[in-house]
Amino acid sequence: MTDNAAVVTLKNARKSFGENVVLKDISLQVNQGDVLAIIGPSGGGKSTLLRCLTLLETLDAGNLSYGDLVVCSTDASGRAIYGGKDVLKQAKTRFGLVFQNFNLFPHYTVMKNIIDAPIVVQKRNPAEAEEEARQLLAKMGLAGKENMVPCELSGGQQQRVAIARALALHPQVLYFDEPTSALDPELTQEVLKVIRELAAEKMTMVIVTHEMGFARDVADHLIFMDGGMVVESGRAADVINHPQHERTRSFLSKYEEN
Amino acid sequence: MLGLLMQGFLLTIEIFAVTLIGALPLGILVALGRMSRFKPLQWLMRIYISIMRGTPLMLQLMAIMFGPYYLFGIQLGTDWKYYACGIGFIINYAAYFAEIYRSGIQSIPRGQYEAANVLGYSHSQTFMRIVLPQVIKRIVPAMGNEIITLVKDTSLAFVLGLLEMFNEAKILAASEVSMIPYLLAGVIYWVICFVIEILLTHLEKKLDYYHD
Repeated sequence: MTDNAAVVTLKNARKSFGENVVLKDISLQVNQGDVLAIIGPSGGGKSTLLRCLTLLETLDAGNLSYGDLVVCSTDASGRAIYGGKDVLKQAKTRFGLVFQNFNLFPHYTVMKNIIDAPIVVQKRNPAEAEEEARQLLAKMGLAGKENMVPCELSGGQQQRVAIARALALHPQVLYFDEPTSALDPELTQEVLKVIRELAAEKMTMVIVTHEMGFARDVADHLIFMDGGMVVESGRAADVINHPQHERTRSFLSKYEEN
Repeated sequence: MLGLLMQGFLLTIEIFAVTLIGALPLGILVALGRMSRFKPLQWLMRIYISIMRGTPLMLQLMAIMFGPYYLFGIQLGTDWKYYACGIGFIINYAAYFAEIYRSGIQSIPRGQYEAANVLGYSHSQTFMRIVLPQVIKRIVPAMGNEIITLVKDTSLAFVLGLLEMFNEAKILAASEVSMIPYLLAGVIYWVICFVIEILLTHLEKKLDYYHD
């Protein structure tokens, strides 16, 4: 893939839960090597957006593509039509997701958490998968933890295992859904450090976060979402330092007060 | 006397083992049917579980034993009682096991399914690799209860004329005009249960390498 090619493209996405409209006409594009931060108040649609992008929820309307792979398009009547099983399966090889509460498999060791999907889903050679997992763990500062189970690790360590687990499948884009919201400030820093290093390596990432300083430093682009809409978007530093929209200003001012 | 009781003991163990081998996997299928979003299947399983739990096992065994003849006029050979016994125990215990599996499956957090989904696991891979192993750890105590009950329930096979341990004890007690055979049988049932308790404790310890 050439530099700056679109890794994920979303157009005119709509999603409701019953009467409750959660996403109103959201569009975004993430290019190779980009880091996009999504900020905004709780209930603003950020998590639902990520869940739609990662196919955990289906859109009511809109177009979603991963590179040249069309996952979902809108038919003449305005309804979202998803591709078949093969398309969805292929799409899932193109992204990874890191959850707020890690969702590691508690009965598997750290090593097995990382290598199981590569071996079982992608049919990779077990010895190679294990070698790569060791490298990933070393990179996450977790060398030597291979045979521990998740409950023996701190939250920050668990989240770094979850990042390694996602990276082991070689995704083209990695999504983070509030990756540090379940962590104390100290553990938050060790996870953010790892994400910063990934950004420096030009890993394509979409990060839903409440860490404004981190978003400003790491993200190229930033979206402020509220009420299911993109209220403001632009270069991350610009939006955070000089928000144009009143709603963005009042949201960001809450962080400055702290 | 011990020789006859031991013959009965072997049949008791056989009924016990056949029931577990049949009902443990069947219970998973029933639980999945019970949780199916396909309503007719869900209701069929509800009714099945309700009947199995709501009528005496002894009556169920007799229905399977004599039903084919009285309802359909089908003549079955003398071996039928062994099959009737196996079928009766398996479908009865599968219903109880199914509800235990269901409670375990429903206790697994949704995040586990979502993580597996995003990693590309198929539905069956998610169930077999991620969900079921965690379910087993959670349901061992409840399953242990049912399994111990099963040891003693095997004595109900006497209504089909099967010479398991309880029936042998009854025959011996009558012929020898003595309560000793009953006492011995009681001790043996307890020893079996005691061994199972030890095995279950061992299994629980083995699965205790993680918590969540």
